[in-house]
Amino acid sequence: MRRLFIATFLVPPLLLYGIFVVSPYTQAFQISTTNWTGLSPTFEFVGLANFQRLLDDGYLWNALRHNGLLLLFLPLVTILLGLFFASMISVGGRADRVGVHGVRGAGFYRVVYFFPQVLSVAIIGVLWKEMYAPHTGMINGLLRAVGLDRLAVAWLGDPRFSFWCVLAVLIWMNVGFYVVLFSAAMQSIPRDLYEAALLDGAGRLVTLVRVTVPLVWDTIQVAWVYLAIIAIDGFAVVQIITDGGPSASSDVVGLRLYKTAFGDGQFGYASAIGVAMFFLTLTVAVMFLRVTRRDRVELQ
Amino acid sequence: MTSAISRRRLLHGTAGAAVAGTLGGCAMGGEADGDTAKGVASAANPLGVKEDAPLEVVIFNGGFGEEYAKAHEAMYRERYPKSQIKHAATQQIAETLQPRFVGGDPPDVVNNSGASQMDFNGLVSQNALTDLGELLDAPSLDDPSVKVRDTLLPGTVDVGSYDGRFLSLNYAYSAYGIWYSQTLFAAKGWEYPRTWDEMIALCKTIKAAGIAPWTYPGRHSRYMSWPIVAAAGKLGGLDVIKALDNLEPNAWRHEAVRAAAEAYYQLAVDGYLQPGAEGMDHIQAQTAWCRGQAAFLSCGSWLESEQKAVTPPDFRMAIAPTPSLTSADKMPYEAFRGAGSEPFIVPAKAKNVRGGLEYLRVMLSRKGASDFTRKVSSLTSVRGAGDGITLGPGLTSVTALIEASNGGAFTWMYNSYYRKLERERIDGACAELFTRRINAAQWCDRVQKSADEFAADPAIKKYKRA
Repeated sequence: MRRLFIATFLVPPLLLYGIFVVSPYTQAFQISTTNWTGLSPTFEFVGLANFQRLLDDGYLWNALRHNGLLLLFLPLVTILLGLFFASMISVGGRADRVGVHGVRGAGFYRVVYFFPQVLSVAIIGVLWKEMYAPHTGMINGLLRAVGLDRLAVAWLGDPRFSFWCVLAVLIWMNVGFYVVLFSAAMQSIPRDLYEAALLDGAGRLVTLVRVTVPLVWDTIQVAWVYLAIIAIDGFAVVQIITDGGPSASSDVVGLRLYKTAFGDGQFGYASAIGVAMFFLTLTVAVMFLRVTRRDRVELQ
Repeated sequence: MTSAISRRRLLHGTAGAAVAGTLGGCAMGGEADGDTAKGVASAANPLGVKEDAPLEVVIFNGGFGEEYAKAHEAMYRERYPKSQIKHAATQQIAETLQPRFVGGDPPDVVNNSGASQMDFNGLVSQNALTDLGELLDAPSLDDPSVKVRDTLLPGTVDVGSYDGRFLSLNYAYSAYGIWYSQTLFAAKGWEYPRTWDEMIALCKTIKAAGIAPWTYPGRHSRYMSWPIVAAAGKLGGLDVIKALDNLEPNAWRHEAVRAAAEAYYQLAVDGYLQPGAEGMDHIQAQTAWCRGQAAFLSCGSWLESEQKAVTPPDFRMAIAPTPSLTSADKMPYEAFRGAGSEPFIVPAKAKNVRGGLEYLRVMLSRKGASDFTRKVSSLTSVRGAGDGITLGPGLTSVTALIEASNGGAFTWMYNSYYRKLERERIDGACAELFTRRINAAQWCDRVQKSADEFAADPAIKKYKRA
């Protein structure tokens, strides 16, 4: 009786998961061993030829290198900025009669930082594409307004900058969420710890590094994994802002996969890229969790 | 997916069994029979349409919208009142229709266009398309003594043909060339240059007048490959272009291609390109041009409708052929690249192939074509169908261009045979060329190397242009 009861509740979600998650993944593995074009029901099994091709594909490795750079910088910068903003909002203000609290206008900042999170990725992409425009864009407009005409370059048209322009957008659009996440984690830290630190003469930086970070480490760890997954993807923003260009200088693997499947009609090879990505993401997630593992701190 | 759920499975209802059942029906499966409706052919119905067979039309809802198609559908229904027409419009052609092609249940007519069009290389190599040759040889709707083939502008049948089979009807007609503002040129007393030396000399004058001689969409630099390849073709003859289409070794290193690349590279070397243009997309560059920040722009004849909202009323844009590179060019100055665009296909497995062909015949009638031109301000591949319609200054100049060329329009095919070669490789090489990171010789080498990669890739079907 009890088994049936549990099964009744478990089966629907498992079924959905099976149909919409497990089954496509499994099929991707199968498709990756074929030369399916995605346009007809006919295909041939080609074994591991697609994976062989993947190893020799210079454009793919170029894209992968950009994902590597994203993986390096996106989590790091986003988390550092997120921690900084969150600690300023939560505990950055001077202690006074009401105890430790955030900087003036903390509520306002909290809302403002969250704005990008409310916008859809497509809107963010189009918005920034126009921001970076060489003559009509806001960035060059500001640079010219303050007399830095020499710095007003064609951002997205220069292979030296295009990738970093995309990285900046990714950081901008993600940091707000982690400010809120870290703020929430910081709310659960007892105020008296901060007051004690303050009495011991700890400044803001020391408080952040020695008190706050160790106490929200679990949250940071989660943030790290999330951001790593975003870094391995990055498809939507790159596709809208640069479409991988100029001359593949901001290409990412997700975009390569999409173009291989829908542009070139090579679903077999695209699935092989997808399978490789699957293992890569898995490895990175496990690695990050391992590396960032620390002993838990008990508060009470 | 055809796995029936047994009573036992239903009772046990285990997730595992359900997943296994799902896996049985795979994304790649599903073959349907290609039965197609057929009626009796007659003089009034030369293609043998079955009168009451339903017709499904899928339109790319892009720059041209879908209203024009509804008008065509109404014309079809006038001829076959018993037929039910199912109309659909989308921007995601590949994403929407790909599963239906796989399932063997495609619509009868597809406007395979836009950023997510289905790759023609794949469609053709899978024999997914109906040969439209029968349509070409059918009598035209307006005059039964004239075949449909003879009502089309040059460059229409070429562009839609793969290994000699006419598989896609490119309904709109695009002329490609170099654009300028007649008002600006008249005010300054400039004249459009007929030779490249004159072009360089004029650029010097224009720059001295404080206007950038050229702008270009650096984020889609392939726009600048069009005048290069057109000039190369005019210099060396159509065989130079055919060699490019056929991925022949060293085709891109041909001296005509090299000379054309050198010529346009000169614009970058002499500083005749608008500063910052390398960071613009096509809309930004075209808008800068419409605002008078630059004098010349490479684009196709859709430019006028694309820029409608921002073009000043007295701008009077006009298209001109690429200037001749030498006095001994194989083609006259008036020759230009003209080609059908906006491909329409009839899937081979469509249920109403005859109806699909007939629908295209209706589209190619004078009434259908002039209605299209009136609605979307674009010429069709039907000869003279724009006559008598008031066109904007841009399209008027396009008609003048077509007339002046006297049938001398030509085009290339590599961009539809091997879409990625232009969209990614040539695009990237041009981005490098016009920012002077590579020179013209390196450009030729680089594009040749990419073409060689395509030639050597067994996953890509090769086509031969005769």
